[in-house]
Amino acid sequence: MSKEIEGPVEKSGEINVSEEIIKAEGLTKVFNKHLTAVDHVNFSVKHGEIFGFLGPNGAGKTTTINMLITLLKPTGGTAHILDFDIAKQQNDVRNVIGVVPQEYTADEDLTGLENILLCADLYGIPRKIAKERATELLKLVELTDFKDKKVQTYSGGMRRRLELACGLINRPKILFLDEPTLGLDVQARTATWNYIRRLKKEFGMTLFMTTHYLEEADSLCDRVAIIDHGKIVVTGAPEELKHGLGGDIITLSVKDDPDVTELIRSVENVKEVKKENGSYRIKAEYGEVTAPFVIEALRRNGYVVTKLMLTEPTLNEVYLEYTGKSLRDTEESVETIRTQRMTMRRARA
Amino acid sequence: MSTSDEYHPSRFHGIWALTKRELKKWLKEPIILLMAILQPVIWMGLFGKAMNLGNMFSSSNINIPSVIRISGSFVIPAQSGDIYISGTALSQMFGNLGPSIMQNIFGVTDYFSYMSVGMISFIVLFTTMFSGMSIVWDRRLGFLNKVLSTPVSRGAIILSKVFNASLRAMFQATIILALAAVFGLQVSSTCSLLNILGLYAAVFLLCVGLSSVFLALALRSTKWETQMAIVNLINLPLMFASNTFFPISQMPDWIQAIARVNPISYLTDAIRQLTVWQLNASSLMFDFAFLGVFAAVFSAIGIALSWRYLTK
Repeated sequence: MSKEIEGPVEKSGEINVSEEIIKAEGLTKVFNKHLTAVDHVNFSVKHGEIFGFLGPNGAGKTTTINMLITLLKPTGGTAHILDFDIAKQQNDVRNVIGVVPQEYTADEDLTGLENILLCADLYGIPRKIAKERATELLKLVELTDFKDKKVQTYSGGMRRRLELACGLINRPKILFLDEPTLGLDVQARTATWNYIRRLKKEFGMTLFMTTHYLEEADSLCDRVAIIDHGKIVVTGAPEELKHGLGGDIITLSVKDDPDVTELIRSVENVKEVKKENGSYRIKAEYGEVTAPFVIEALRRNGYVVTKLMLTEPTLNEVYLEYTGKSLRDTEESVETIRTQRMTMRRARA
Repeated sequence: MSTSDEYHPSRFHGIWALTKRELKKWLKEPIILLMAILQPVIWMGLFGKAMNLGNMFSSSNINIPSVIRISGSFVIPAQSGDIYISGTALSQMFGNLGPSIMQNIFGVTDYFSYMSVGMISFIVLFTTMFSGMSIVWDRRLGFLNKVLSTPVSRGAIILSKVFNASLRAMFQATIILALAAVFGLQVSSTCSLLNILGLYAAVFLLCVGLSSVFLALALRSTKWETQMAIVNLINLPLMFASNTFFPISQMPDWIQAIARVNPISYLTDAIRQLTVWQLNASSLMFDFAFLGVFAAVFSAIGIALSWRYLTK
């Protein structure tokens, strides 16, 4: 079930191109007639926003991005990028997009500059203009000092930045980033986030990204779509999604572990109480105001609160709410991910 | 930065950019370049010089006594009693027989001349076979996906690999020719500079045809092991069921049937006509026609398949 938390999409005859830069309707990809990787996905991306696909590995994020960038043909539904049909006007789509893939795709035997110029050639950009842009982009991603070194010698963060520069060589209207910080250390990740923010702020670029890092979606994206088993379960701004859960989380423990569920539930603004491993997980609106009331109510009845924690909901709680499992939990089963990836790869071959 | 490009890649621009990339990779790897030179040297040394067929038929390999006695009844007209022949005279007779056998079967008097120019076909086959491997690697490393997400023509991706293989093979052909000349290649009286240009044209045609075949086989493959297995299975049969090392006329009928459709035979024949043999215009024309059709058909199939299968 897809739930659109934002206002209804404008359905008038005139579609404003500058408003909706990507529009997917019922987009579906079935591999080998039985493996449904993407299942009737609907979403739209607005001009100048960072739109994120959040979900575990194997949820269909990369398959969706590959359809949008014309690497895969959808088996059902359509998507338009700037009014170009991704299945029928592939070359028009390719001309207006930039792609930063999940893998490091730069040619290791060539230098950074040679890689950028090769990308420029693939777009048919004249050499003189290509050189000017390459200089400008190398400066943007801070690789000017390394431009004549073979990519072999680059670190992971440098390679990611080079991919970013290559993806920008044709001055795309929309940039696709597939897991832009996968495998990067904290420092390189923060640096990449800053580049992405700059692209949006300084150049007004629209960005579509996939990620399975909650923090990344939360801090970068204007809107996220949570995807699970090939379906979008919910779409909205991270703040809205978190507010949509209906409040903060208060976790507390009571001395001697009595059952006080009903007592807590009677406190004003408390919406839900769950007892987990000897502590109470309380969902409440205005947590910072409600928590003292809960303590007061317990104290008045002779109970002693030994521990209290107040947390604002994260996207993980949102994910938990809509899919019934924690994204962090799903991340742990490396074996499952590997099996899924193998299956997908074989299916595509 | 927000305005998008209005540039559209011309077909040539894309092909050239991708070919240049492959050549750069090749030239930046001196070991691979050295191997490319060493390989024909080793093969020419082993096959061309070690298998000294011309010498095999010479009189020194036959033990002839100084005086041979034969019955007079074998002589025409028949004579009574035994007659005696000088061994030296017989040895001279056999001495002329060797070059004559070589000339009739191989068209040249020394096997080295026959085989060393055939090496060019060998190199064409081995170089083109690996063009298929490179597309599998590009796919595995994600490079292919990046190229596919740009507006560059799908056909350009295939053609760049075809041209790259052709240029490499032509470079190696030059080295073989130069080395063969140093080691004693005996060219015929009809060989001229124009013939050498013709040789490059023939090499180019077979390169285009063969690399298209191997690229088409590799288009959807993600495993280089599969590609390696295919290559290993067909390289030697293709090589030996041709006139590269041995003349077709001496082979059993069923191998002859294969050799007569094997494009490698036609390249080898064309090369020999242009260098070591007396040029026969009509059969050379036929060689070129066969190679031309082979190249046109398979490059068209390769490009058509690339449109169909590069995007899944």
